[in-house]
Amino acid sequence: MSIASLDHARRPDRALNADALNADARREARGLLALLSPGLFLVFAVIIVPIGWLFWLSLFDESGQLSAANYARFFEQASYIKTFLTTFKVAFFVTGACVLFGYPLAYMLSQLPRRAAGICLIFVILPFWTSVLVRTYAWLVILQRKGLVNTWLIDLGVISQPLPLANNFAGVVIGMTHIMLPFLVLPLYASMKTIDVDCLRAGMNLGASPSATFRQIFFPLSLPGLASGVVIVFVLCLGFFVTPALMGGGKVIMWAMRMEQTTSLYSNWGAGAALGVVLLGVTLALLGLFQWLLGARATGVWSQR
Amino acid sequence: MTKRLCIHGLAIAGLLASAAVPASAADTITVASWGGTYQEAQTKAFFDPTAKDLGITIKQDTTNGLDDVRLQVTGNAVKWDITELGADECARGSKEGLFEKLDYNVIDKTGINPKLVHDDWVGISYTSVVLIYRTDVFGDKGPKTWADFWDVQKFPGRRALSGSQATETLSVAALAKGIPIDKVYPVDIDGALQSVDKVKGHIDAWWTSGAQAMQLVKDGEVDMASIWNGRAGTLKKSGAPVSFSFDQGVLTADCMVIPKGSKNKDIAMKALAKFVSPDLQANLPLYVDNGPANEKAFETGKIPPERIKDINSAPENVKKQVLQDPAFWRDTLVEATEKFNNLIQQ
Repeated sequence: MSIASLDHARRPDRALNADALNADARREARGLLALLSPGLFLVFAVIIVPIGWLFWLSLFDESGQLSAANYARFFEQASYIKTFLTTFKVAFFVTGACVLFGYPLAYMLSQLPRRAAGICLIFVILPFWTSVLVRTYAWLVILQRKGLVNTWLIDLGVISQPLPLANNFAGVVIGMTHIMLPFLVLPLYASMKTIDVDCLRAGMNLGASPSATFRQIFFPLSLPGLASGVVIVFVLCLGFFVTPALMGGGKVIMWAMRMEQTTSLYSNWGAGAALGVVLLGVTLALLGLFQWLLGARATGVWSQR
Repeated sequence: MTKRLCIHGLAIAGLLASAAVPASAADTITVASWGGTYQEAQTKAFFDPTAKDLGITIKQDTTNGLDDVRLQVTGNAVKWDITELGADECARGSKEGLFEKLDYNVIDKTGINPKLVHDDWVGISYTSVVLIYRTDVFGDKGPKTWADFWDVQKFPGRRALSGSQATETLSVAALAKGIPIDKVYPVDIDGALQSVDKVKGHIDAWWTSGAQAMQLVKDGEVDMASIWNGRAGTLKKSGAPVSFSFDQGVLTADCMVIPKGSKNKDIAMKALAKFVSPDLQANLPLYVDNGPANEKAFETGKIPPERIKDINSAPENVKKQVLQDPAFWRDTLVEATEKFNNLIQQ
């Protein structure tokens, strides 16, 4: 018998096998779908439906008529655009400050022995367990005109006039950076821990200086962790309320504060809902942009591997 | 057979129970107010005596204002029988049809300013917006009028105004232009906004809550501010170096309403009638600096004469202040607030 004829003889077997495999795969997919369905239903009921409703509400004006009045307001009144820009400015500065403080911190943690790192991590996470409100008030006490910082600096003769640290933009950035820092440090630390030490050793072995090893090997490998931390912090900043409301002295108005103002000012929920829809749209667009720029791992949507 | 009897028995018991529920529930009403020392004072002045007189139970809750009422009424989930609001909120909520009509055969309105007596809401107390300054900065030569507050050359220092109560800040801004107190209303909104624009660059904080205003003055974050008289009084009593008076104050009223769909409307009406009666109204200033809405309270003899001069709604003090007109703000508040927000956020 020739090989060709043998092959010909096996063909029906192979088709049968493939069919069985396919059927198996379909059964498994159905099983997985059944397992997932409670979760999917929950997501649909508590996320998709309310957001859809929010969007629906935003299309009605005060008299209950279908209209774009709630959205037109953003263009008619300069303050909404101003609020929008302020929100991004705050998010940008806070994220920058978090990277500046968070990267060295995460690097130090990743280099410490396991036990010491564990203890230090507790100090990073500890503020998480304290109310945001309490921490913000604490910053107010520390930063205000007759607060700790200004009193010490004046007593030490460093400055003669108190620095404006509270009730302005600087106060908001300081307060928010403190609250956002763990959101950057934790993913960054996790990704730094997975960097293979052998890669660094190999670099050193080939004659790279410690700084060149860091610059050319460690830093690029830590970038995915940094990117996901930056995305988390930036997106959380966009919807932040408590700290800017208390530390901004009424001069730093962010999007969420505007939502609160609008909801109590207008008798239709649509006015506030429109702000929510805009913030959601902008956040999703940003996530898309980050994903495009930094790759899927940064936004944590799915892993490419 | 026995089983069926049993079911009948249950059904009858159920019917009896459901018939009994409204009767017992009617003995309990829920009243919502602003919380804090103010609501504690109201409890002693209004709620406890009323509960005792009418033989009912008054449960309490706290409110954030008109949004809460709107949420309950539009969502068909009314849990309050009476709630307190700012007078401009009452005027706006009335326009939206959120409240039950009040029965003035049950509620006696004599002694209450007619501007605060409406089909579906009634005044309950007064708060004043006053000018406070720190005496450790200015001695006793601090800013006395809003024109002084606006004069940054003559009175250098750090300043705070309300950023959340546009109506109050606009009234104050009109006074700062030199408009006499009886000519402030109807407010020339554009003129008042121009006045705000003049001082805007010198405002170090736009406060959004009474507690924040108090903290700004107490910690010396600002040297002068607009503040509610209750907060100002608390500061002074706690020994802070501050001074304030009712001259050029802005008298704003609070009101009470029965949210539409209240299940205990009739009992609530009787309770509300008690709350605004001169006898209980006279109790309020014994516990808190907010003055009674019913001026007959001053004739009951319950308020000591030396206390009367410190009460913002005492006839002597009312003459020095502007009465904020809720009907005016009902129609202009949204537009004025948007313009005001535009201005202070630039």
